[in-house]
Amino acid sequence: MMRKVLIAALGAALAVTAGLSFYRSRHLAEPVVAGPGVTRVVKLGDYFGPIRGTVNDANVYILEGRESGGTVLLLGGTHPEEPAGRLAAWIFAEAAAIARGRLIIIPTANRSASTATRLGGAYPPDFTVPTAWGGQTFRMGDRWSNPLDQWPDPEVYLHYPTRQELAYVDVRNLNRAFPGRPNGTLTERTCYAIIELIRREKVDIAIDFHEAELQYPVISTIVAHEKGADLAAAASMFISSVEGFAIGVENSPKALRGLSHREIGDATDAISLLLEAPEPFLDATRGRTDRALLLTGKDEFVVRAGRRGLLFEKIDEAGWPIDVRVGRHTSTVLQILEIWSGDHPDRAVEVSGVPRYTEVVEKGVGAFLKDPKTAPAEKVFFE
Amino acid sequence: MHTVVTALYYLLTAYVAVMLVWNFLKRKNWQEEALYVIVLIPFLLRLLRLK
Repeated sequence: MMRKVLIAALGAALAVTAGLSFYRSRHLAEPVVAGPGVTRVVKLGDYFGPIRGTVNDANVYILEGRESGGTVLLLGGTHPEEPAGRLAAWIFAEAAAIARGRLIIIPTANRSASTATRLGGAYPPDFTVPTAWGGQTFRMGDRWSNPLDQWPDPEVYLHYPTRQELAYVDVRNLNRAFPGRPNGTLTERTCYAIIELIRREKVDIAIDFHEAELQYPVISTIVAHEKGADLAAAASMFISSVEGFAIGVENSPKALRGLSHREIGDATDAISLLLEAPEPFLDATRGRTDRALLLTGKDEFVVRAGRRGLLFEKIDEAGWPIDVRVGRHTSTVLQILEIWSGDHPDRAVEVSGVPRYTEVVEKGVGAFLKDPKTAPAEKVFFE
Repeated sequence: MHTVVTALYYLLTAYVAVMLVWNFLKRKNWQEEALYVIVLIPFLLRLLRLK
């Protein structure tokens, strides 16, 4: 009997330790200090009632200029395990000033996915970006909605409305569930709410931030719906010649359903673009999966894979630091806005205050995150 | 419909957890007892909505 009590106590200790770690990760509050351009913060549930009060009732930061113009939506955290996207959205929300038009920013499009890590992946629960004021900690997150919020997965996932068969686990993948449906799963309802936002706010361009493993052929690129092909091509040319890095353009395939670059463009009047930056942390050949790898993008095994010609992007001992990945996103958005505004003066979106690639790489992402402790309370929101 | 299916899965999880505890109590050697306790943990974490 004594032995059973001892073994049960050891099991309980393991369960409590693991449970506390999971609980803290799921409930970690991530502050956003609303920047000079933010005129109001609403909720995704304001655009689609059934999302209100759920884990995916995301914050929507609306930045408005004094002069009217176009509207651009930035989506971070569609896949929270691709943190450069969330951090780029963060920087826009905290730093951008708007002279003309509007920016709408959702830093955590799939908040549920940000509260879990990949099952069996030994991912760190969180990571900290160093700042002059000590550092800001973010949830690591996953590619898929948390099973606590949407469970179980079906044997077969049929995308709505096309009925294309996709991987079963992608029933929880926000970027396989667009355009969503009002009476669907949490992930589908979230997509539907985002589509409703795009329609009601008359969004001109929707930009979805992502990162990709280097073994994935769609990398370091702008994936563009056909409505945005010219815009993406022009941005690619300007970026490659003046921003200090190269970025390609891919056409959004019509045969692969559920992705933001395809479905947003098809279902709404908006141009839909998706940005991919390299993230060695996601590569199957990576070594230790820890916070350092997430932030530095340095991994000797991925480098070896590159030497054997197995990758679609270059990598060396310098890796792909988070500053480089975030800087690519900020510069790409700024170039897209500048080209769009030049071509559409009546729908222009003029933004200032956001660092470009070279500045982010030089100073680091942390230099552009605001200290919530010194900010007025009414300016601080939590993701 | 999703809610009903989810509720059924939680019932299944609770049933398996109870069976694991029952088997733990019936075992006579420590290796099997430890095995049942370790297998029980993910079921408990799901029932408590922690993982």
